[in-house]
This record gives sequence, structure tokens and C-alpha cells, in this order.
Amino acid sequence: MAEYSALALLKNALTGNKDWKPAWRKPEPKAAYDVIVIGGGGHGLSTAYYLAKEHGVTNVAVLEKGYLGSGNVGRNTTAVRSNYLLPPNTRFYEHSMKLWENLSHDLNYNVMFSQRGVLNLAHSPAQLDDYARRGNSMRHQGVDAELLSVAEISRLIPVMDTSKATRFPVYGGLMQPRAGTARHDAVAWGYARGADRRGVDIVENCEVTGFLRDGDRITGVTTSRGEIRAKKVAVAVAGSTGRVMQLAGIDRLPIESHVLQAFVTESLKPVLDTVVTFGMGHFYVSQSDKGGLVYGGDIDGYNSYAQRGNLPIVQEVMAEMLALFPSLAGVRLLRSWGGVCDMSMDGSPIITTGPLPGMYLNCGWCYGGFKATPASGFCFAHTIARDEPHELNAAFTLDRFHRGILIDEKGQGATPRLH
Amino acid sequence: MTSRRTETGGRIDRFRTIRFTFDGASYTGHPGDTLASALLASGVSLFGRSFKYHRPRGVLTAGVDEPNALVTVLRGDVREPNVPATMVEIHDGLVAESQNRFPSLSWDIGALNQLAGKLISAGFYYKTFMGPVIGPLQGTRFWMFCEHFIRRAAGLGRAGKAPDTARYENMNAFCDVLVVGSGPAGLMAARTAAEAGKRVILAELDPVLGGSANWSGETIGEVPAADWAAEAIRDLQEFDSVRLLPRTTVWGYYDGNSLVALERVGDHKERFATDEPRHRQWTIRAGSVVLATGALERPLVFPGNDRPGVMLASAAKRYANEFGVLPGDKVAVFTNNDTAYGAALALKNAGARTVLIVDVRADVSADMRAIANELEAELLTGHAVVATEGGKALSGVTVQPFQAATGTASGEARNIHADGLLVSGGWSPAIHLASQAGARPEWDDGLQAFLPPQPTRKWTGAGAFNGAFSTAESIAQGVAAGMAVSGGGGQRFEPPAVVTVAGDPKPAPVLEIRADGKSFVDFQHDVTADDVRLAHREGFVSVEHLKRYTTLGMATDQGKTSNVPGLAIMAAALGKSIPEVGTTRFRPPFAGVSLGSLAAERFGDLRPERLTPMHDWHVEHGATMYSAGLWHRPQIYGDPGETIEQAYVRETRATRGSAGIVDVSTLGKIAVQGPDAAEFLDRVYTNMFSTLPVGKARYGLMLREDGIAFDDGTTWRLGERDFLMTTTTANAGKVMQHLEYFLDVIWPDLKVAVTSVTDQWAGAAIGGPNARKILQSVVTGTPVDDTALPFMGIVHGEIDGVPVMICRLSFSGEMAFEVYCGADWGTHVWEALMQAGKPYGLVPYGLEALGTMRIEKGHVTGAEIDGRTTARDLHLGWMLSKKKPFIGSAMMDREGLIASDRLQLVGIVALDNRPLSGGAHIVEELHEGNPHGSIGYLTACCYSPSLGKYIALALLEGGKARHGKRAFVSDPLRKRFGPVEIVSHHFFDPEGTRMHG
Amino acid sequence: MLITCPYCGARDVSEFTYQGDGNRQRPAPNSQDLDAWNDYVYDRLNPAGDHNEIWQHSGGCRTHIRVVRNTLTHEISAVQPVRPETKPSPVKPAGRRGARP
Repeated sequence: MAEYSALALLKNALTGNKDWKPAWRKPEPKAAYDVIVIGGGGHGLSTAYYLAKEHGVTNVAVLEKGYLGSGNVGRNTTAVRSNYLLPPNTRFYEHSMKLWENLSHDLNYNVMFSQRGVLNLAHSPAQLDDYARRGNSMRHQGVDAELLSVAEISRLIPVMDTSKATRFPVYGGLMQPRAGTARHDAVAWGYARGADRRGVDIVENCEVTGFLRDGDRITGVTTSRGEIRAKKVAVAVAGSTGRVMQLAGIDRLPIESHVLQAFVTESLKPVLDTVVTFGMGHFYVSQSDKGGLVYGGDIDGYNSYAQRGNLPIVQEVMAEMLALFPSLAGVRLLRSWGGVCDMSMDGSPIITTGPLPGMYLNCGWCYGGFKATPASGFCFAHTIARDEPHELNAAFTLDRFHRGILIDEKGQGATPRLH
Repeated sequence: MTSRRTETGGRIDRFRTIRFTFDGASYTGHPGDTLASALLASGVSLFGRSFKYHRPRGVLTAGVDEPNALVTVLRGDVREPNVPATMVEIHDGLVAESQNRFPSLSWDIGALNQLAGKLISAGFYYKTFMGPVIGPLQGTRFWMFCEHFIRRAAGLGRAGKAPDTARYENMNAFCDVLVVGSGPAGLMAARTAAEAGKRVILAELDPVLGGSANWSGETIGEVPAADWAAEAIRDLQEFDSVRLLPRTTVWGYYDGNSLVALERVGDHKERFATDEPRHRQWTIRAGSVVLATGALERPLVFPGNDRPGVMLASAAKRYANEFGVLPGDKVAVFTNNDTAYGAALALKNAGARTVLIVDVRADVSADMRAIANELEAELLTGHAVVATEGGKALSGVTVQPFQAATGTASGEARNIHADGLLVSGGWSPAIHLASQAGARPEWDDGLQAFLPPQPTRKWTGAGAFNGAFSTAESIAQGVAAGMAVSGGGGQRFEPPAVVTVAGDPKPAPVLEIRADGKSFVDFQHDVTADDVRLAHREGFVSVEHLKRYTTLGMATDQGKTSNVPGLAIMAAALGKSIPEVGTTRFRPPFAGVSLGSLAAERFGDLRPERLTPMHDWHVEHGATMYSAGLWHRPQIYGDPGETIEQAYVRETRATRGSAGIVDVSTLGKIAVQGPDAAEFLDRVYTNMFSTLPVGKARYGLMLREDGIAFDDGTTWRLGERDFLMTTTTANAGKVMQHLEYFLDVIWPDLKVAVTSVTDQWAGAAIGGPNARKILQSVVTGTPVDDTALPFMGIVHGEIDGVPVMICRLSFSGEMAFEVYCGADWGTHVWEALMQAGKPYGLVPYGLEALGTMRIEKGHVTGAEIDGRTTARDLHLGWMLSKKKPFIGSAMMDREGLIASDRLQLVGIVALDNRPLSGGAHIVEELHEGNPHGSIGYLTACCYSPSLGKYIALALLEGGKARHGKRAFVSDPLRKRFGPVEIVSHHFFDPEGTRMHG
Repeated sequence: MLITCPYCGARDVSEFTYQGDGNRQRPAPNSQDLDAWNDYVYDRLNPAGDHNEIWQHSGGCRTHIRVVRNTLTHEISAVQPVRPETKPSPVKPAGRRGARP
């Protein structure tokens, strides 16, 4: 019998739920591993999982400075989609989508991936054409996409104001039906458990304080729990990339850390069964299975490691929300929080060998890292195990900036706050 | 139902009666009542249903920490869900409904969930619903099938669909001192600071200032505490430099000592006053802050602790003293500390009997024994309540001897009848704002509570917030805090004498009694002590994991009552101390904040609207307006019955046939002036501007630093040191910022000033074979013939008495002129031009015709200069000067920017004579069912009246090499497929003979 | 967050536009050193702690200022104009004394 199943639940319920095992062990770190993954967030955990599952590399430690999943995997607004414009991104995120579609089975852990669709609203014919370009690009790569009319949108989301009387009337939208949401914490926990059951050591409260080197080559790390050696050291720390890479003497990267706030309202009876984005600003919202509207907008727009934002963005996001949902003005904001995003110079990620021998780098997720979790780990594991990128992350190099081979979805250039 | 209203007492106005409804039934109350107090007074015990198990719930608290008694308040069709009944002030006509029940509050079918309690414990969802590996429900389908039903049970209150018609506003305030909380500590801090000449804001979340003084029953300075507070408030009102804000919850502590507060201006009124908003959001920049936010009492965790009738001791005291309501006639008390004894005394004074005091402590002080005697209550020390009886109201409790060592109860159990149970698990200072400000709280073993840490920002604390639970201490701390934020000094202060009930607030370190049955930690989310232990068993032991795995503290009350009990249970399971487990970091908001108040004036008015000076003329003359960014621009001037295509084709034909005019006021316009202006433009543009003669204009292209095309437009040399730069409408702001950055940061030595003059000029472009004739008939003061006004020439003259500046340049491909005048005269000049054009059939044209003519000419706009294309991609390589460096010149030749497979600009002609759409892709071979092999996409499309064909501009891989080749348009989204020919982007008059004339 | 513009006084962060890492050095305009250009355009210091930044008071006087700000606490320890030769006049404190706040 699978460890987790309806039957297991029933059996445990009858015995007072006394026999459940820890979801992952709490091992002491060993003196050496084949691979150390720095960062016990979604990407680090999925990397460890796929190292074990796809490449048979199980002598692996995931080092997390706080509690597992304390970073962005537990701070995002849970949208999963592959509705990208540029082929390197579309291909990568579509692979991620396919992994998502089987993830709960694969992990024997229900990550509650709900393919309720992601709808991008267009507010002018020109914007609709722009979305059509992206949707057609998706369709030409085998990804699902549809254009919805205002009438269809109005039927889908009756609570939304689709009248012509608003400041930015809705002209239509681009829908990816297979996109949706997942339970963010469950993704971290599910990968952690999956990696743990395959032999990976997940070490929480273990902060990396430095790198061990042999000349240029990275040979391990020093941590708050002692020295740990490894043949390969992989860095998957998202917003903390700057801090960790500085420990290796690399203080300049095509990355800025910015704070992104997220919000949830009090729990309401469901009014929104789709993920919706607003096209005349930056706003996205979905409603969780608990009933809270989960939403967010732009990054605050300045370097920050504080996991805490400021008021102007809060007010902007609420104003954009009410532009779409004027009946929800009396609904209350319940919680807000911040996550630190590793904004890259073209808005696309980096998954690569190097930049030092023995080191592997995974970063630049901007605020889109959650949906990438499966493919990021899948590709990073491949890159680590084979010492060369998978074809899906071949474009996500660190030197693409210098070479001018950019993957700039928004066409904003090297201004991270605009990606 | 029996009335539980006392004969006298409380601060309610017994001479007036208020009528309201709850779940359709009519009730009465008095001014000063909350919905909770009025319903309790009417004998209501059942207020709501919990989230998961739908258990019947009453009122636990009397304030903002209420987890159970949530209601929906209705104003007409506008619904406000999830409001704690303890925070609703009743008014005539108030309509409230209970939530999360079907079909009714009393008979709720969801209560069946309780039967599956053990099954749907913490983590339930993660462990099932994965579905079959194969078959029709594989993948995510099974989960989504189940989710459909799970979502039906989701949520508490129901939001409405009717747009909220209330007004919300934001207010900015600046003060020297913000005092949060108006209990004795806050009042004293505010008065001390005010006396020291400080500008003070005092914010109180309750309707009446005074905090605990309003219900403590104490005597301060020989008068009742409430009178003492009222006097202090009157004193404060005398200061012009003090603003008192009742009904105002300070909920956020942001950087720079910016705090945010929600003032509920209208909620307590039958109708919102016309000159007042419903909610007012205060953004307060405070020199310093005094946090006098008090403390929140905690419940104890034991089986049946959620039964309606179980209430925090302090809440019971408050209902008795402040509202004249008794939570029961025959009550029992269950406590781990002294403060509940005082609550029982208050109830006795108000007319209720305390039959039993159950204290987990093996022994209590003589003072407490004396109180028990005075109450004539049986005192059971070393005992615990292990069960409660009753359905929708409490009927009795079961007590048993308590073993502190194990936290369990054993021995002889007794049933005792009681219709109310007052519980106290000690007090937690309300440190939320301090935590938001970034400080880590410190655990105090004596008080069994987290105390505020050393301030990291400009705040100081006073009173119960600091763990100083006696009123005398609070007053002293309030004065001290007031002096501290006023820079010392102040008057000497004689503290008033406080007469109070004896008692030590230090509780026994017992928060849970382990016994059979569901013991609730988080009431609203139905998180039980067993759930916490299950989380421990499965390794979810850090505070955040506990919270996330069990949903403890994630409900609308944000764990105000459950946080410390939850930590205590986890600590016990781990065999660690509470601070070793950690504490949750509090985040904004302290309590729920209406979205409307955050959007404030922008609710219903998201962004400003930009209108050109001729806007009204366009609307009056039948223009269909088109939203372009913030601008409104004419799309077409349609005749009745015309389609958009018919209209723009007519406008285009008229322009190419005789003359047309278009409003170009939206173009970005930047005055670039100063001795180094020409040099600056040479560095900014890829082409040369220092060689441009005065009185001439030139088309310019800018790159970004990374070598990608940024913006284009004409720049006019009006004088040796005086240029007028035009930009695209969309990029006006970005170009301005770009120029300012380089002048300030990179080249501060250049003597150049840039000024945005977009809104100062109105612009009209008039073009077509007869355009010059029209101008000649209306322009005075200058000739406009080919000699005076050659291509790219500039002249100054007048039109109908208005000074104008005219530049001969062309976007349409016709001989055309841009006529600029002061913005206020835009319509005047426009009308004069229309008048002059009458003999020539001059037509106004909109964006569609503008776009059509530019597509015919192959001119690029933002659709092609999209932040990814280079000058060479757009065949603008000829504009890249080799004589000088310019922004982007160093980076533009990198390998990725000169690769042969880059997308290049081409023209497309539909061979099937059917319309094309922007965003359609181009493929070499058509596969309608399985589209693939895109080589590029269409950026802009139109019907070309000049060619009689549907044409488009496109960006194609290796574009120019494909000229003359056949391909297919592939637009699966709009199901448009068909053959096209790839051609040069110069469709029409490639030699430019028309515009050169 | 409040930033004290040397010209206008303390203003809310919403009035300012972040222009990024103030440590970047633009190569000479005619420099052909592509590595130097790449470093300037794409690479950033991203410290956890004090950061030397450029901001523009875009919702005010529109000048650029150099700000030293802690990226962990958002505390600002220094602000100065980027154009050293300009001398801002003293700033009047915000708010009227004596009036109700």
C-alpha cells in the first residue's frame, strides 16, 4: 500500500493517527556527499528529488538555513502556467507543466494541482493582438491556448466587471486552460518527502557560511553545523543568490534581489474559479480552496532582502483588484507578506554549470519560480549529474547576457524592476 | 429566550432602543451595544459555525480577537462578510446574517463533518485524492473532480455581486507622536506628549476611548475608572495639537515610521453621511510612536472548550461592566491565573452567581481564597475542566483533579451545572505592530508570554503591551513613554491612586488539559490539540510548519487567541521550551482591512485619463475613442452604418486622394536646450544632430545601452541651442527619464536642460496632395511653399491669429505637415484648418487610418520597436552613424544581435484576399490541426486601399532573404489560415515621391 | 519608506524611481572593451546590507540622488545629489506646527 492513500488515512483514523511517520527525517549532516544542494526551497528539493530519481544520485544533502520551504515556495501566489511568448521559455515551462500534471502521483503526495485555467485580460484590440501573438506562439509549440470573448469571460467570472463603463473595459482574453494553481507548501513537502525516501539528507537550520576550495574548484561548504565536503555543490537559493555567491567571492551577477508582496483576503464562498490577470497594470488573483482570494502585483522596485514591502504597492494592487471586482470593496485583506525575488536582467532564469569548477548555479527566477519548480529541478539535476545542460535549459546560460542572446519576454532590457 | 440584560450599569444608553435583525429575526439593543452584546442580552447563544466541522459556536471574546461569532452585514445588496459581531456597533436598520451554515444556523448539514473528525485531521488533503494512475481520471482529473465538491464547502461568508457604492478615502497625516491605544497608558502618554507641545494623534480601535478603564471596574483618583478616562479625554480635546481617532485600527507599521490606520467612519450609522466616506485610511508619518495596545487574554485548551457559553473571563467582565449583559446566570470559572477571579467578582456585582472556580494551580493565594469566599463559590484548586455539556448553549461542565506533571486529569469526575464558563489562560501582550516593525519578541517565563523586544525603530511601549498588567503601572509607563517621546522634560506627575482587585497576572504554565475529546486551539479553523501533535509526529515542528500544516492561526482572527496555546502544545510535544519552538512573526494587517479603504480614491478611478486639447471636438464629430495607455484617441470618425474597416478605408482614400488631418498631440515632446544640446543629441541618437541646421528637423533613432532599438521620432532644431524632440506616444515618459538619467548621472558636465512639453503643445498632422493648398489658404506670416518649407523644414506663422509652428514631415507617406500651437488653442487651430480644408474635402482621420498609411509605407512603431528588435532587424542600419559613439553603439554588434536567424521586418500580402490579424504567425508549411514551425508573426495588419489587398508587417526569421517567397498565415487562435506572399515592407510609393512632392 | 530628497525634503518612496546599483562605472563612450560594457550593463552588486543606489525623484524635482540604503532593514543612512556641483537650499520641515495633525 502506498504510504499515503485513502485507505491509509482510514486505517490511521481508526488507530488515532498515531502511526504516521515524519514526512522527512531530520538527519545530522555527514562529513561528505556526492552532491550538496544549497537551498531547501522548491527548486533545491526538486533538484535533489530528480537527482535521486532520474540519475540515481542519492548521496545528496540539501542544506537549508531556516525551515524547509521558508523561502519563495511558501510565499508565492501559487499560479502554474506555461503561457510564455519566447520558445526557450515556452518549451521549458511546458515541460514543467507536464511534470505538474503527474506530480501528485509521482510524489504520492497531493499537491492539489488544479488546472482551473489562467486568463490574461486584454483591454484594447492591440493588447488582444499582442496576446494572440503569444497564444499562437504557444499553439505552434503544442501548448494549449484560447482567445476568449468578453461574453465568454463574463460567463466564466460573473463577479468581474466586464461592462464597457469601466476605465479599462475588457476586450477579451488569452486563456490557458491547462494552467492553474497548486498548494505551494505541499510542493515543498512532497518533494522533500520524495527525496528523503530515496535517501537524500535534508538538513534544516544549516546555514552555509562559506565555500571550501581547492584552488578555483569548490570542494564543499562550511556551515553553521560544520564543514561538509562534496564533489559537486549546487546553489539554488533564489532571492539569496547574491548573498551565497558572495561567499564564493562572486559579488557581481546579472541579478538583483527585489521584494515582491503577496496578499490574501479573508475566506469567502467561491466567486472565482480561474486565475485572472489584469492587463492595464500588474495584478493577478485566484481563490484558494479555503476561500481566500490570493493575489499580488508588481515588485516594490528596489533591492531588498527584507521579505517585507511597503505601502504604495499595497494600495496599487488593491486599486487594480477593485477595478476588476468593484463588488469586493468591503472584503477585507487578511494577510500580506513579502518574498525576495532574484530578478535577472532579461526576466528569464539561469540554470548552468559553474561559474566556478565544482559549482552549479540555478537562479534568476524573478517572480515566476513556483511554476518552474518541477522543470527547474529536473533540468538542474541533469546539469549537475551530466555536467552539461539538458536541451531544455541550454538557453538559460549565464553568459547569454554578455553574448546578447537574451530571452526578454517583456522587452525591457537590463532593468530588473521592469521584468 | 431570556433577557440577560442587567438592570443598571454599563455605558449603554438605556433610554434609547435600537432595532435590528439577525438571520431575519428582529432584536433590540441600545446605543453603545455591539451586535454581540445586544444578541447576548437577548439570550442568543449560538452565533456561527466553525470552518471545518461546522460546530456550533458562541461568542468567545468582546473584541477584535473574536474567532467564532462572524457575521455578514448587509446594506442593501452590498454584503460585508466575516465581520466579528463583537466589532459591529448596532444601529437602526442593521441587517446581519450568520455564515457557513446550511440550511440554517441551528440545523447545519455541514456538522456531519464532525463524524469524520479523525479522518480529516491535519494534512488530510495531502495524503489522498491523488486518484488512479490510469484511466479517465488519471493525472489531475480525479483531484479536480473532488476539488469541485471541496470548493462548495470552502469559505466562510459570501461576498456580494452588487458594486459597492460606498466611498473610501485616504488621508495623509504627520505628527510628532502617534499613540496607539487609548487605555490608561495611552491616555497618559498622549497627555504627557501634548503637554510638552507635541503634535499627537491618539488612535483607538473601539468606538469609545478609554480602553480597559471603560470596563475594569476600578477606581482611579477616587472616581470610577471610566469617569477618570472621560476626564482625561476631555483634557486632550482641549489641545489643538491633538487629534483623537476612535474606531481606528492601526494595522500596519511600515518603513520610515509610516503607520497605517483604518478609521470606520460610517459603519455604525444607519446611512453614510453624504460628506463622509465609509472608511478612511490614515497614512501617518510619525516622529515617534507609543504602542499602548494592551494585551489579549488566551483561552485554555480542553475538551469541549468551544461550546457556546464558554467565554474569556475578561470578555465576560467586559460584557457585564461595559454593556450590562450577563453571559450566564450561574457561571463557572476555569483559570490558570488570578485575573479571572476579578472577572467573577464583576459578574457578581452585575447580578450573576459564580458557582464554581476551577483553578489548575495546586494552591492559590489567600487573596484569591477571599474572593472565592466573597463569591460564595466552590473553589477547586488543582482541578481542571475536562468536558462541557450542552448543545447550542452550555448546560454544565465536568471537572477532575489535574496532574500538573503530565498535563492530564484523573480521579473522580464531577458534573456541575452552569450556563456560562469563564476561562482564562493568561495574557499575551498585543505586540503585533512591534513585530511588524522588525523586532523579535522575547519570552517571559513568569508571564508565560512574548514581550516586546528592544525597539528597532522609533517606538516605545507602555502598559500591558509591555507586560505591565496593573493600571497603576500602566499609568506610570504611559507618562514615562510620553516624556520619552517628548525628549524628557514635562511636568512633574503625581500618579493617581488606583483601587483594584488584588491579583497576580502570572499564570501557571498550563495551557492544555489533555483528556479525551476535541480540544480546540484555533477555534475558527477547528485546529485541535491532536492536530498539533500530529504535526509534531510528522515532523512539522517549526512554528511556520505548524501553522502551514494545520492552518493554526490562519483564520480571520489571525491566531490572536491561539498562537501561544498552539506553541505551548508543540513545545510540550518536543520537550522544549516555547521560545525554542519560536514565535510567528506578525505581518500587516493587525486586523482585516477593507480593500476599498486601501484603494481609497482610486476605487472606481484607477488611473487618470489623458485627453488631447481637441478631445471634445473629436467626440462631437462622431469619433470612436480608443484607449491607448492613459490616452483616449480617435480610432475612426465613422459614418452611420459604417464598419471600422469601411471607415478607415474611406479616411485613407480621402487623405491619399486629397487631404486628411489627424490629432498628434499625444506624441511625446521634450525641449532639449542648452549649449551642449547638439552634442547631447549626438550621443543619444544613433544618427547625427549637430549637423542639423536651425529650422530643420531630422528623423532620429535611439538605442538602449544594450544595443536594442528604444524609440524613434523627429527632432526639430529651433535654435542653435534649442531642440524640440518628439517621441512615440507610448515611450514619452521612458525617453524623458532616459535623458535625465544620462544628464544627471553619466554626463553631468553637459550643459543641457530637458523639459517635458508634451502637454504644452497641441499638434495636428495634415497630409495629402492638397494639404499644402489648405495651409496656404489659412497660414499667415510665412509662406509654406517648397522654398520656404522644404521637406523637413520648419516655419513659424499664424493660423487665425494663433502663433503656430509648422514642420513638413510625413508619417503617412503623403506631403504632410505637422502644425503645433499652444495647447489651449488646439481646437481653435484645428477648426480653422477644418474650415480651410472644406473646399478640398479635408477629412479627420483616426488611429486606424494612421496605422493603415504607415503600414503601406512600412514605417515602424511600438509594435516593431518592441524592446527586442535591433536597428538592423528593422532595416534602420543606415541610421547607425560610424562617425561617433552613441548610446548602444558599443553593444549593438554582439553575436546575439547580429545572428542570421533573427526576426526581420518584412511585408506580407494575403493571397486569399481575406483579412489578417495582428499576432497571427507565419509558417512555411501549413498544418492546421497541429500547428508548428512558426518563422515569425504579424505585427500590424490592414486592408490597403492603395493596393486593394490585405497586407501586414511582420517580423520573420531571416526576413529579407524571403522576399518574393510564398508562405502561410497560421492563426489557430482565430482559425485563420491561408497563403501569403512575403514582400518588402515598403508597400506604397517606395521612392517617396508623394511626400517629397 | 521615506527618502529625504536633498532638494525637496522627506518624501514617500512612491515619489521616487529606483535607478539601481550606483557602483556601476560606464566605460568611456568610445571604449571598445566589451567586457567592461557588459559588466556595466548587466552585472550588479547585490549586497545584503548597505547599498549605494541611484534614485530619481520622478514624482518631484526629477533630479537623481545617491542613496545609501540597507537592503536588510530599508534604513537610509545617506542621501546626496548625484551632481556634486549643485547645492540644494535648506529644506523646510513638513507640516505646520500647532495645527491638528
